[in-house]
Amino acid sequence: MSAEWPLWEVFVRARRGLSHVHVGSLHAPDAEMALRNARDVYTRRNEGVSIWVVPSERITASSPEEKDAFFDPAADKVYRHPTFYEVPAEVKHL
Amino acid sequence: MSEQSQLVEYALRLGDDALVLAQRLGEWVARAPELEEDVAMANVALDLLGQARALLTYAGEVEGAGRDEDALAYWRDDRDFRNALLVEAPGGDFAVTTARQLVFAAYQYELYERLRSSADQTLAAIAGKAVKEVHYHRDHATQWVLRLGDGTEESHRRMRAGLDTVWPYVDELFDADDLTAALSAGTAPIAVDPAELRDPWQAYVGAVLAEAGLEPPDDVPARRGGRQGLHTEHLGHLLAELQHLHRSHPGATW
Repeated sequence: MSAEWPLWEVFVRARRGLSHVHVGSLHAPDAEMALRNARDVYTRRNEGVSIWVVPSERITASSPEEKDAFFDPAADKVYRHPTFYEVPAEVKHL
Repeated sequence: MSEQSQLVEYALRLGDDALVLAQRLGEWVARAPELEEDVAMANVALDLLGQARALLTYAGEVEGAGRDEDALAYWRDDRDFRNALLVEAPGGDFAVTTARQLVFAAYQYELYERLRSSADQTLAAIAGKAVKEVHYHRDHATQWVLRLGDGTEESHRRMRAGLDTVWPYVDELFDADDLTAALSAGTAPIAVDPAELRDPWQAYVGAVLAEAGLEPPDDVPARRGGRQGLHTEHLGHLLAELQHLHRSHPGATW
């Protein structure tokens, strides 16, 4: 049966104010059941207040081969990081 | 029967329903059609087990004879169990289990929804917590009845066979007797009259079956006797497995 059930990616928001975070994947026949399965598999220990399920096939991922072209150029652009500012000591949550 | 022993008996009926069905659902662990359903059924089973623990503990307290939840779960024989026959019937295939889950969760939902306003504070509190769990059980079963009933020819055939298997046990859930009459009388009743649950149950289950393209079986002979301790042979086998460890090693813990 697994072969026939599509794969879904599950995102759970742990608390109000936080973003949904990817927690894993599961098989389900359709979106409604995927949501219920996600509830049973990923939030049974009180982990969440909101769940998203997304068909895995709808996710476009960067490939490992593209890693260098994608990410390396960002590594040596030190001026893109806001590290040249003096942050006043009173500012706590910057 | 004193009001105290009536209350004990009533709590045992509710608690034994939950305990025996929890055991039946537990049989699916590692055998469900999918890993996800495996976890789902284990969750439902654990919810029911939690309800059973609270109800049996309370029955033991009211009885006042020193019996705790373990004494009641592990040291009674089948004649002393008060569950309805529906929950002890073998699980069958996934469609039979799904049919039973729909029938039972829809019944339990209507029951707990009303038991929340019981004059008995403990029963009201247990029902208040359980009704949310049962709401999900009912929804889970509903989703599957819709998919199997309205799925392939084979799933439809199996779902119909599942309904045929569990339907003889439906009537017993709604049987009123002297005990429920006594406890549900007056302006501040302790119990819910099972007969008054039939119509709302019918409305819910009927709508689900209609949407799934299924007919409720008609003209089935009703089977009953569980509330009086007159069980099918299946309960004996179930209890043997449930009670074996505790009886072999009394007081064992880990």
